[in-house]
Amino acid sequence: MSGAAAIHASSWAAALVRISPYTFSAIGIAISIGVSVLGAAWGIYITGSSLIGAAIEAPRITSKNLISVIFCEAVAIYGVIVAIILQTKLESVPSSKMYDPESLRAGYAIFASGIIVGFANLVCGLCVGIIGSSCALSDAQNSTLFVKILVIEIFGSALGLFGVIVGIIMSAQATWPTK
Amino acid sequence: MYGFEALTFNIHGGYLEAIVRGHRAGLLTTADYNNLCQCENLDDIKMHLSATKYGSYLQNEPSPLHTTTIVEKCTLKLVDDYKHMLCQATEPMSTFLEYIRYGHMIDNVVLIVTGTLHERDVQELLEKCHPLGMFDSIATLAVAQNMRELYRLVLVDTPLAPYFSECLTSEDLDDMNIEIMRNTLYKAYLEDFYKFCQKLGGATSEIMSDLLAFEADRRAVNITINSIGTELTREDRKKLYSNFGLLYPYGHEELAICEDIDQVRGVMEKYPPYQAIFSKMSYGESQMLDKAFYEEEVRRLCLAFEQQFHYAVFFAYMRLREQEIRNLMWISECVAQNQKSRIHDSVVYMF
Repeated sequence: MSGAAAIHASSWAAALVRISPYTFSAIGIAISIGVSVLGAAWGIYITGSSLIGAAIEAPRITSKNLISVIFCEAVAIYGVIVAIILQTKLESVPSSKMYDPESLRAGYAIFASGIIVGFANLVCGLCVGIIGSSCALSDAQNSTLFVKILVIEIFGSALGLFGVIVGIIMSAQATWPTK
Repeated sequence: MYGFEALTFNIHGGYLEAIVRGHRAGLLTTADYNNLCQCENLDDIKMHLSATKYGSYLQNEPSPLHTTTIVEKCTLKLVDDYKHMLCQATEPMSTFLEYIRYGHMIDNVVLIVTGTLHERDVQELLEKCHPLGMFDSIATLAVAQNMRELYRLVLVDTPLAPYFSECLTSEDLDDMNIEIMRNTLYKAYLEDFYKFCQKLGGATSEIMSDLLAFEADRRAVNITINSIGTELTREDRKKLYSNFGLLYPYGHEELAICEDIDQVRGVMEKYPPYQAIFSKMSYGESQMLDKAFYEEEVRRLCLAFEQQFHYAVFFAYMRLREQEIRNLMWISECVAQNQKSRIHDSVVYMF
């Protein structure tokens, strides 16, 4: 009865379910690493440019404020980890079963997992980057502010972690049909 | 887009904004001013200033110091900071920074023209010009006989050229006309700057609109007070007020007909921000008005640093430095002339 599932009222739905689940999985993995790294890079340059300028007048801030850059970098690492986990979930199924509902479900799960992680890390990287820039500038003026603003950054970097957790849970149940 | 500037501002402006905030940390505080006010002579002042950012500029000066030397060297620090920032800036920040100079250019033009009118030597006048407002061919200003020549010979090649359209008359230059010329140029410059900031949008336009509106209103009040009792007609006076600001347009109509300071006070007290300024002064007193305006300006400039990712911090820093140089000049003059009781009359504390 697997062929009957392909008969739908609208042709868009019919076209969508005929896209191979491997396409969706591959795009999900690409987005998880690509967009995470975009977020991390964006955050690092926002922090880095302010840090360099502020360190001219206040050289003492450089070593402590590298923490902001490290938090942004962690976001990229989350993306790499999830991409590696997702690609281990890919399995071959025989072509007769490629458009089975279970197969499609596995493909969509990996795709969604990739999007979740990618975009959560994108905004997390931005958030940590902007706070890191303000942190560097405030630390240059008044060194007691550093630890307080760091707490804000830690909350910001938790956003990326939420994305990773949900992404891994989503991908855990991406089971392809057995032969 | 207002609110999302944090995403892209640091590409071109992050480094310079951090530098200008570093410079701001080097501005003199109340404690520094208190130390300077305790000084007995100018060498003491030089010693105290050597612990601040001005140290490297003053250390090579020979011992009998003059107040003009102190002011000149401190201005040199301002110019160095400005030039460093300008050469690193990209559009549109470089245009913004250039706009900050035009006010000084106008002051220099008026200085040279007035000086020539009073038969002073051109070299002597050039030395008194503000270094930020210098441009090539400034010395040729001494040759011009009326405004049309001024424009045709010198100013058409400078950035001040578009501001001259309202000034082109063939009248000879005398004291009154020069003051009118100065105010007309400055009005055109402020309106141009205001329009430019509006085009930039975002936090820059919001903060700069507030700062420029205060500047326009302050100039309107000063023009009114200075032209009470002169031959400037009401129509001419109204033409010198800028087309923006809190006082535009109704306040300007009322200011144009004022004939003494109490009437000006009556007009200004209708506007809450200015009512606070005027309430600090008792009736009939106008000497404290300048200081009250400076204090309000400094308060607003310091507030500009509260937001990040906009250009108004550069403008605020330049203005705060200029105020600091004015403070130093006043303190040096009081100390040199042994009138230390009057120091607190005119020093505006920043932080």
